[in-house]
Amino acid sequence: MAIKTLIGLEIHVELSTEKKMFCNCKNQYGADVNTLVCPVCLGLPGALPVIDKQAVEYALKAGLAFDCQIADTIRMDRKNYFYPDLTKGYQISQSDHPLCSGGYLEIEPEAGPKRITLDRIHIEEDTGKQLHTEDGTSLLDFNRSGVPLVEIVSNPDMNSAEEAKLFLEKLRNTLKYIGISDVRMEEGSLRCDININVVDEEKGVKTSVTEVKNLNSFRSAVKAIEYEEARHMKLLNEAEGNVKETRRWDEVAGETIIMRRKYTADDYRFANEADITPVPVDRNWIEEIRKSLPELPHAKKMRFMEEYSLSEYDAGVLTQSQELAHFFEETLEHVKDAKLLGNWMMGDVLRRLKDEDKDFEDMPISSGDLGELINLVKEEKINNNTGKKVLREMFETGKAPGDIVKEKGLIQISDEGELEKIVMETLNKNPQSIEDFKNGKDRAIGFLVGQIMKATKGKANPQLVNKLLTERIKER
Amino acid sequence: MDITSLKGWEMKERLLKKEISSTEILNAHLDVIDKMEKDLNAFITLDRDGAREAAKRVDEKLQRGESLGALAGLPVGLKDNILTKDLRTTCGSRMLENFNPPYDATVVKKIREADGVILGKTNMDEFAMGGSTETSYYGNTRNPKDLSRVPGGSSGGSAAAVAGHEAPLALGSDTGGSVRQPASFCGIVGMKPTYGIVSRYGVVPMSNSLDQIGVFGRDVKDAHMMLTSVSGYDPLDATSSKKADRDISIEGVDSLKGLRVALPEQYRNLRITGDEKIQERFRETVKVFEDAGAIIDYVSLPSLEYSLETYYIIMSSEVSTNLSRFDGIRFGYRTENYETLDELYTNSRTEAFGEETKRRIMLGTYSLSAGYQTENYKKALRVRTLIKQDYENAFRDHDVILSLTAPMLPFEIDSMINSPVDMYKADLYTVPVNLAGLCAISVPMGDVDGLPVGLQITGPRFGDSTILKAGLGYERVVR
Repeated sequence: MAIKTLIGLEIHVELSTEKKMFCNCKNQYGADVNTLVCPVCLGLPGALPVIDKQAVEYALKAGLAFDCQIADTIRMDRKNYFYPDLTKGYQISQSDHPLCSGGYLEIEPEAGPKRITLDRIHIEEDTGKQLHTEDGTSLLDFNRSGVPLVEIVSNPDMNSAEEAKLFLEKLRNTLKYIGISDVRMEEGSLRCDININVVDEEKGVKTSVTEVKNLNSFRSAVKAIEYEEARHMKLLNEAEGNVKETRRWDEVAGETIIMRRKYTADDYRFANEADITPVPVDRNWIEEIRKSLPELPHAKKMRFMEEYSLSEYDAGVLTQSQELAHFFEETLEHVKDAKLLGNWMMGDVLRRLKDEDKDFEDMPISSGDLGELINLVKEEKINNNTGKKVLREMFETGKAPGDIVKEKGLIQISDEGELEKIVMETLNKNPQSIEDFKNGKDRAIGFLVGQIMKATKGKANPQLVNKLLTERIKER
Repeated sequence: MDITSLKGWEMKERLLKKEISSTEILNAHLDVIDKMEKDLNAFITLDRDGAREAAKRVDEKLQRGESLGALAGLPVGLKDNILTKDLRTTCGSRMLENFNPPYDATVVKKIREADGVILGKTNMDEFAMGGSTETSYYGNTRNPKDLSRVPGGSSGGSAAAVAGHEAPLALGSDTGGSVRQPASFCGIVGMKPTYGIVSRYGVVPMSNSLDQIGVFGRDVKDAHMMLTSVSGYDPLDATSSKKADRDISIEGVDSLKGLRVALPEQYRNLRITGDEKIQERFRETVKVFEDAGAIIDYVSLPSLEYSLETYYIIMSSEVSTNLSRFDGIRFGYRTENYETLDELYTNSRTEAFGEETKRRIMLGTYSLSAGYQTENYKKALRVRTLIKQDYENAFRDHDVILSLTAPMLPFEIDSMINSPVDMYKADLYTVPVNLAGLCAISVPMGDVDGLPVGLQITGPRFGDSTILKAGLGYERVVR
């Protein structure tokens, strides 16, 4: 296709460090307004920033996870602009010398794997927050002022909303894996801006890049991209898309709204942040951090396929989050059957969580209990259906499966003598079904099994019931 | 006996011998203040009550036989850009007319811990921008040596207070000569230590890569005492150096013999109108060093030629960003005349900043703007590196560099205020020291036409001890 959509993303990620980036205030979401502040993060005259090592470490983890080049020296700059939530009239950020540059993420759209390259990852401080009241006054909360951020800037390598979504998911997943952020869009710990335009490669024309802000979820990012894609296609035809714009996504209206046209580039008058002398990045430290990184999603998926003979799809689902993958491996120690466990987890467990709108972190069942349950089924102590019922009970009450089975007397009847009695009784009561069966109606067997299950409250070993039924019917 | 005519260290000796009390020392200075302050206007804010309490505490400690800190009972004046908890800190600006800081600067904490008695906040050019203390919103300070003349600046209030015997010791800040030049103008000792050995935490920045707290005393020993009381590594200041904790000693020196002195060739043929007599004084002083056994040598520092331009670009660029936080939103002056946010910013800053401050903010904003940044700011940063290298080369074979502190005598009040460029030129000898992060001390070298002239002794980074010893040696020779 000659017309191409080009999408680049700029993602701000708040790092979940103990302290703010340049002072000793606690880095915490949701505290009472202006309770986590000091002269430094309030930008009082004379206060000086001292860079927090943990913030740098976290940013380096991101850089290493995405295979970036790491700078030799940490250099901070001042980005100058006036805004009420910005305490000093400048933001301490990085301009010419980002901490990490290059790097990539691999996504897997339908068409096959694709690398989305990164331009850079730099570190900077967050601003405060403006709270607008009904009477039109603005109040300022500086709890967030000075919280460490990384800004991850991708190259415009994505060509569809689907790719952008996969990129965001992969990015969030990886950041969560390496444990440097809560990555909660609704709390603002992950924020995303979109840069988008379209190019007609045949005619050699393109629209000017639009920056879209105010995206509150991945879903709105997808919708905004689709909206802009269509809008740019039109602009391309009308040949008037020549002005750069910043637009805002309006969730309710389902459209982007122009904020400002950019006839000139923003001038932030970058200057060195001379309050922070350049700090060399110790190569040994980088190696330590590299070693401390957990197994990343892609590597884990490959290992699951290899080690547990899982399909790519199954391995992908089970490594979606670190918690899920960890839980899987922990449970596997009890169950020793990856395929069976995988089916249980991807089926009933995940469905149940999804129905209750919970993340895997909220999983109420321990790996030991789930393992025990699956083993009860595997050893035919309870049958499969009973197992599902017990699982539901476990979700609701948190009780151990053994206890539930005992309390409710759910142990499967596998005693041939006992079952034989019930089978004979059932056959005696249902001569018509025997007749039907002999006349070739296979369904009759199903009815009889149902009757037996009813009589045993579902506890009969289904295989055994089947075997006995077939044998005894033939005898009649 | 007039207590205020003693040097600070002499007062301390007598105090420790219990010949005089801290309260007596304080009262003697307050008497001078009562007499002189209407003429000098060295202080913006006096803290008589706070000072009395501090002096009383020192006296009580002494009574109880407790040991006292290095500044035992000595009154200290603080330039008004050094934050003092709950004591108004104005930076000489209308912008901070009612600003009561919620915290003490690290140097203030150190002075309190060293049993110093904080007298008050001294006058200064607005946000330390100026060389005459005439840009202060709180009126100009006069030179105690000649009341018709300026005391220099920007730390003119601190220099005048010490020269006028209103305080034995004071702190200033020196970004391009703001301690050394007023010391020269007022005939006292003023030192800008190596960048990084005195914490800047709680000092309102003007140009943060150049600013350094400096000290005033009436002799080198006092300056040394003041310096060692406030120097030291501070974890709250990322530009503070661990080397700051090294001992800055002046022990074991009594001559200039063998001192390897360098004279920059770039200054040799320098002529600034009307300075012939000052140059002559300087040549005589070099002779004094030579006669006392110092080895005099000329060195070339080619990049010095560009130091003024480099300084004014870097300084104004940093000023423009450092002063951005004064926006009328969270503290300081806020205009009543606004409807929009832009008007709030613009009118607050227009109404509360003075002319010189605005001039430098504009210069700096220009230098940092896209399209001009590369040829201005970034080029200046590169020249700065060259200046540093020139000095490093010079100090490889020399202990100190001698020069004038200022190329001019203290001038008449109001005579220069409309010639900013001439005023900028007066920083010729002092600014390269800040650009290179070095240390330098100005010591009086007699009079010209009855007005004081200062000798600047410059040392390498962390050569603070060396220049103090050289200054002390010179003092002894000429005494």
